[in-house]
Amino acid sequence: MRQIAFYGKGGIGKSTTSQNTLACLAQDGHKILIVGCDPKADSTRLILHSKAQDTILSLAAAAGSVEDLEIEDVMKVGYLDIRCVESGGPEPGVGCAGRGVITSINFLEENGAYEDVDYVSYDVLGDVVCGGFAMPIRENKAQEIYIVMSGEMMAMYAANNISKGILKYANSGGVRLGALVCNERQTDKELELAEELAKKLGTFLIHFVPRDNIVQHAELRRMTVVEYAPDSKQADEYRTLSRKIHANKGNGIIPTPITMDELEDMLMQFGIMKQVDESQVGVVAAAG
Amino acid sequence: MPQNADNVLDHFDLFRQPEYREMLANKKKNFESPVAEAELQRVVEWTKTWDYREKNFAREALTVNPAKACQPLGAVFAAVGFEGTIPFVHGSQGCVAYYRSHFSRHFKEPSSCVSSSMTEDAAVFGGLNNMIDGLANTYNLYKPKMISVSTTCMAEVIGDDLNAFIKNAKEKGSVPKEFDVPFAHTPAFVGSHITGYDNVMKGIFEHFWGGKAGTAPKLDRVENDQINFITGFDPYTVGNVRELKRMFDLIGFNYKIVCDNSDVWDTPTDGTFRMFDGGTTIEETEKAVHAKATVSMQEYCTEKTLKYIHEEWKHEIVPFNHPIGVKGTDEFLLKISELTGRPIPDQLKLERGRLVDAICDSNTHIHVKKFAIYADPDMCIGLVSFLLECGAEPTHVLATNGSKSWAEKVEKMLADSPFGQNCHVYPGRDLWHMRSLLFTEPVDFLIGNTYGKYLERDTGTPLIRIGFPIFDRHHHHRYPVWGYQGGLNVLVWILDRVFEEIDKNTIVPAYSDFSYDIIR
Repeated sequence: MRQIAFYGKGGIGKSTTSQNTLACLAQDGHKILIVGCDPKADSTRLILHSKAQDTILSLAAAAGSVEDLEIEDVMKVGYLDIRCVESGGPEPGVGCAGRGVITSINFLEENGAYEDVDYVSYDVLGDVVCGGFAMPIRENKAQEIYIVMSGEMMAMYAANNISKGILKYANSGGVRLGALVCNERQTDKELELAEELAKKLGTFLIHFVPRDNIVQHAELRRMTVVEYAPDSKQADEYRTLSRKIHANKGNGIIPTPITMDELEDMLMQFGIMKQVDESQVGVVAAAG
Repeated sequence: MPQNADNVLDHFDLFRQPEYREMLANKKKNFESPVAEAELQRVVEWTKTWDYREKNFAREALTVNPAKACQPLGAVFAAVGFEGTIPFVHGSQGCVAYYRSHFSRHFKEPSSCVSSSMTEDAAVFGGLNNMIDGLANTYNLYKPKMISVSTTCMAEVIGDDLNAFIKNAKEKGSVPKEFDVPFAHTPAFVGSHITGYDNVMKGIFEHFWGGKAGTAPKLDRVENDQINFITGFDPYTVGNVRELKRMFDLIGFNYKIVCDNSDVWDTPTDGTFRMFDGGTTIEETEKAVHAKATVSMQEYCTEKTLKYIHEEWKHEIVPFNHPIGVKGTDEFLLKISELTGRPIPDQLKLERGRLVDAICDSNTHIHVKKFAIYADPDMCIGLVSFLLECGAEPTHVLATNGSKSWAEKVEKMLADSPFGQNCHVYPGRDLWHMRSLLFTEPVDFLIGNTYGKYLERDTGTPLIRIGFPIFDRHHHHRYPVWGYQGGLNVLVWILDRVFEEIDKNTIVPAYSDFSYDIIR
């Protein structure tokens, strides 16, 4: 069994990328379990063709405690028998979603959810914020982390931050950075930037997923592209990505995160930011 | 002033003086928004009714006086059962102060335990630095042979990862690389103290047998004739463990009590302070992997541990439920005899006969008396079994930390006995539920821990103190409740209270004292 995790800045297309990739792996005959670790519980929507309503935490809250749950209550089966679980979590502003991730993953392990699968994939939101969101990168969990990013500065900033989180756990455990996945946003020199950041982090860009509106068409139908339009060019892209990830087993590295200054220098080097003229910082753009 | 230096009044006399009575009455009148006395009494009476009981049992979102403690308490209990081991609780100081005072009040012994002293900054930035400094301080100040790490609510909510933290602390040189720091995540808001005990025991076996968190090779099991005993979270550990050893030595076989805290909670006053005393050694713990079987005296304290030992290490697993009395001890000893091929010694047969004799001698006073019982799940089973064989009638059996499967097991026992036909089992209920039960379906006696005294006050049901914690009676933990000798102790505790009640009911001169007899 191989355990991987997808991390990345919110809204970067992490769930879309991961579900398409995993659907391709399922097409290649692998048995997949997806563990959604996002309180929004939308990490399995495209596989299940509906947003998972029965998250572990919502059912646990209704039943009184997690101990009262059975694995069948929380595990749904979607496209190509991909098993899906969502940890769920509180509404924004209350409670602790990180604790929810810990509770959910412990529950899944104790109840044998990981038996008879080839791939377990965790889908984790945003930066590594608290220990709860780092749960999938603890020892004996995900072996390789794939960071979904784009050429936007904040996406790269997040990728760098996640690398810092991985570094913290890499020395004591077995977690490694698998690679970066760039989800095209059509920003300036996007491919070059992504490759440069990957190099700085000590890893490589495993695939550059081009932007294609067909993803939107599929999403509106609550489907992955590879299911909606298996012969499309975009489906081929995801297929390539999934095979690259499959072949990347055991090639993860301990990342070498960079500082904010280094990140800014990198953007300047590519001409995206001009040399910082301190007199211009905080000055609004001229009208017209 | 009622208080003066020449004649210092204790609190129970002092606060009954007129000055204090007046002050307390004024405080109530002026600051406590009191309701009219008649209304107060009406509500008090209403809480005794079936109507209130039904509302009480419909309660969903509130627990009142749960008869359980939290996981880290059980974690500390387990940790001190190993030689030279200091429990290290990753969390705030206040939590640890609670575990220490709780054990000190029960065992009347100092209880050594350290915390990582997490404060607000640790809650925000994570407790890694607290772990690094805490382990270094603990190692250098107290010179333990092992540090057993567990967690509290705060560390669990922020998701501190003990495995990674301990490895990082070792990298930083807090303790030597080869120093044993087994760990267990023990979130206080999940389960109870018996869950914490279970998690730490499993953590310790995983550490010593399963390769020390990936830093050493897994042990190779070479099966031998040893039998391991895990006693569980037991308030009578001091007396019970010594009684087990006495019985086992009489039988004569190769055994090891893994997690033996009988000495650390019974240190002598001889001029030497013992922060650590007795306990299972590291070497013994490692060698326990080779045992042919592992016996748990308390199944519900060791669910995960037994599963691990059975599945990973293929030991024969033999769970008991805090066996008390003739039947419980018979089953226990016969199983030992079967496992070891050794006969039951004559001495133990003699003790059995004496216990049976004692039960028969007092039978008229205990027969068909109704009992309410609350305790940890295993002890409930032990007590119910003993009461049934004495011909007493258990009526309410409650365990706040009891599961549905536990309740089914107790119901089965009750169904199999003519004395268990009018009894109900209440898993997951609390002492406020018990209060309603005692008002609506009164019993003759209540068996429970010290907190049962409030139920005795409210309902008038005489309390027999058996369980954990017992704060207000001393030294009962030094007596065993296991074995035939232990059964005798439980019998005597019950009978003492039975006779006290008879005396209390007959003590009025020229009214009831014709029954105030010398002989009972």
